[in-house]
Amino acid sequence: MDAALATLDIRDAADAVEALRAANARHKPLAIVGAGTKKRLGRHSPLQEQISTGALTGVTLYEPEELVLSARAGTALREIEELLDAHDQQLAFEPMDYAPMLDGAARHATIGGVIAVNASGPRRIKAGAARDHLLGFHCVTGRGDIVKSGGRVMKNVTGYDLSKLVCGSYGTLALLTEVTLKVLPKAETEQTLLVLGLDEASSLAHLRRASGAPHEVSSFAMLPAGAAPLRLDANAALLRIEGPEISVSTRRDALIAQLGDSGARFETLRQAESVALWAALRDAAPVAPHSGQVWRVSVAPTDGIKLVETLRRFGAPILAHFYDWAGGLVWLCLEPAEDAHAAAIRSAVDAYGGHATLIRASEEIRARVDVFHPQPAPLAALTKRAKESFDPGHILERGRMREAF
Amino acid sequence: MTLIMPAPEPEILSRRDELIERLSAILPAQNLIVDETARRAYECDAFTMYRALPLVVALPETVAQVSAILALAAEMNVKVVPRGSGTSLSGGSMPLEDGILLGMSKFNRILEIDYENRCARVQPGVQNLAISKAVEGRGFYYAPDPSSQIACSIGGNVAENAGGVHCLKYGLTTNNILGLEVVLMGGEVIRLGGKHLDSEAYDLLGLMTGSEGLLGVVTEVTVRILQKPAVARGLLLGFASVAAGARFVGAVIARGIIPGGMEMMDKATIHAVERFQPCGYPLDAEAIVIVELDGTQAEVDYLVGLVEAIARDEGATTTKVSNSEAERLQFWAGRKNAFPAVSCIKPDYLCMDGTIPRARLPEVLAGMDEIAKREGLQVANVFHAGDGNLHPLILYDASIEGEMERAEKVGFDILRLCVAVGGVLTGEHGVGVEKRDLMGEMFNETDLDQQLRVKCAFDSLNRLNPGKVFPTLHRCAEFGMMHVSDGKTPFPDLPRF
Repeated sequence: MDAALATLDIRDAADAVEALRAANARHKPLAIVGAGTKKRLGRHSPLQEQISTGALTGVTLYEPEELVLSARAGTALREIEELLDAHDQQLAFEPMDYAPMLDGAARHATIGGVIAVNASGPRRIKAGAARDHLLGFHCVTGRGDIVKSGGRVMKNVTGYDLSKLVCGSYGTLALLTEVTLKVLPKAETEQTLLVLGLDEASSLAHLRRASGAPHEVSSFAMLPAGAAPLRLDANAALLRIEGPEISVSTRRDALIAQLGDSGARFETLRQAESVALWAALRDAAPVAPHSGQVWRVSVAPTDGIKLVETLRRFGAPILAHFYDWAGGLVWLCLEPAEDAHAAAIRSAVDAYGGHATLIRASEEIRARVDVFHPQPAPLAALTKRAKESFDPGHILERGRMREAF
Repeated sequence: MTLIMPAPEPEILSRRDELIERLSAILPAQNLIVDETARRAYECDAFTMYRALPLVVALPETVAQVSAILALAAEMNVKVVPRGSGTSLSGGSMPLEDGILLGMSKFNRILEIDYENRCARVQPGVQNLAISKAVEGRGFYYAPDPSSQIACSIGGNVAENAGGVHCLKYGLTTNNILGLEVVLMGGEVIRLGGKHLDSEAYDLLGLMTGSEGLLGVVTEVTVRILQKPAVARGLLLGFASVAAGARFVGAVIARGIIPGGMEMMDKATIHAVERFQPCGYPLDAEAIVIVELDGTQAEVDYLVGLVEAIARDEGATTTKVSNSEAERLQFWAGRKNAFPAVSCIKPDYLCMDGTIPRARLPEVLAGMDEIAKREGLQVANVFHAGDGNLHPLILYDASIEGEMERAEKVGFDILRLCVAVGGVLTGEHGVGVEKRDLMGEMFNETDLDQQLRVKCAFDSLNRLNPGKVFPTLHRCAEFGMMHVSDGKTPFPDLPRF
């Protein structure tokens, strides 16, 4: 267990205001912790006092017909997902569970943490990330002000869209107290079409072909031969098809007809198997069990394979990898190195455009190597000014994202 | 209720000649509009109630020119109002008498279409519909489809986070763009996003979208393009009450169906449309709902069956299902004609844009009716039913003394009602100047101060599109250092309008 200096349990926004004003007065940084499942994510900083949202729980609004749900930030994701499931609804952005990757307790994340890292899963291309589902929030800013933004309706352009800003801010701007989310119906059924036996480049080309066809595929991943969770004897392009049964089968057949000219073999995973597969890919199962440093890289779909080929050419010791988002999301696990291969990976990514995040490495390395992709100077300066517009004293999560704040 | 803009600053007005001279060093003569008659063409956008003659109109063609103009404006402390096609319904690009109007219409090229990565890089002056036209040959389109899509520019869409009738299923502008190039006040050029998904740090791309031209000037947009659905079919449904129509819409969504479009019209609009150009809407209905289902043939046919059954259960008095593309378009024709059609009842109308929780629709419609009657006016309603976005059209005659003011009052009261039932002031038209003074209905002083601090992070001199969105002016320098406490207004000496 990581030690911490002290933990303040807050019951409500007023408690958070008090804690943040006091921290501002003492110039003392504060970390935010929900269930602690992501505490090994981000830059490593010296020990800080913590605010815990553990007592800030409960779904405060759920209207299935309006597709909207509000919950206090410390509410367990599991509780929300079970409630939605009972109404055949879901968080369509499929938040990743970091536990298998970072040795946390499985399925313990809080909704606040999910928003703070802008979680997204294999349905990203079709359904979006957390950012696309956060309709509004209440928070206490680093300055100690109670602030709300957005609302509970689907369509709202009243004022700046601060929801986008807090999604993926790792708690560096504000402590979220309550979030309001767009929820969506679950598909009646799903299947996954496996396109087997092609080399990596052609498997990825098949994903892109499928993504340019009107068959409404909802996820596009590529699993190298032998990789978990399927451990197949050949490479597999994986296409998830969701909807009413009649539609799913028709679309699967249409995809087979479209892609059948390549000499590939086709197999189909039905409902339960398909659900289990995408949950595993969501949690990066192909790379998580390997001991090594893990990177998550987002580039244009055509550039994912180029990145991997470049790294191979330079002899990067890749232990495991797989692709999601039609080839645009690359998960890599590499043998440990002093700089976690940051220079090699980032220079390759910079050649295409995109970003690479160091997801798993030792504390010592995460204190020294940029965990988040470095920014050009004007953008870095603007980012710091945005941070200071919420938290001028650099109180919240000091050093979690950037050394500069 | 008169709109008060920040008073023109004499210091800026007195330096107009110097400003023009220095702009002439940046732009060719034909890209700088100085004389009064030509400037008149820019005195308002589609929010025509208020007008102002811009100090000078600059029409840059390159990013370097935009950067130089913004650097000059910062140096000379001159205000800048960015403008795309000028179709804003909220006055987002209404000029300032002491400001440069920065017209982006010459940025009109599609730079790259990347089918493999399902995206296109375009300049901000490209029309929304032109993007879909450019990619339709290969079966693609750009999803957000505001009614003004034939004229509005993608840069303006980004500024306003434009929506359209298909956004419940396909999202707003913010869900359909991947990258931006932005010039900050002062001239710095930054790139946000690209062809990849999500951000390496704060989502400034998301923040820029819908920021109404107050944070930066967009000089390039990377948009996602989608494969067109294989097939679309429409249903035209009549109901004996608005409440029954609203229940039907809720039942469709509760069944797990997210239609491509779901629009409702009230009786006043139905009758206006049928008088304007008959398209077979049932005149005995209190409300009609048009549902469009799109996707693959098998799925659409299956869903049409389900929606028909739901309509039957909810007591629809009319049910028509399109069996051809012509029939589907016929269902939509009246909806698309709704705005011109109501102009036949009265020569002018104010189009409001509140969003409400859908379940509150019957009481909000009744409330709007009452508000309008109090002022002796009539409201016709079109409604993006799926996402709760209302477009009440307040009918008035500007030639009748005092009627425009009464229409404005009705509009404001309607928006207050939307907020009171848990909704918002604007779903897709933006705050601009139109709803600026209502921001306090939704946000308290602390909420607005946080938004103003974000503005300061981008534009510390408050020179970019000032007087829009926020009902108070502010000074960034003091703001940033100040801790607001006990809800006290900081800087009570600053002008409020």
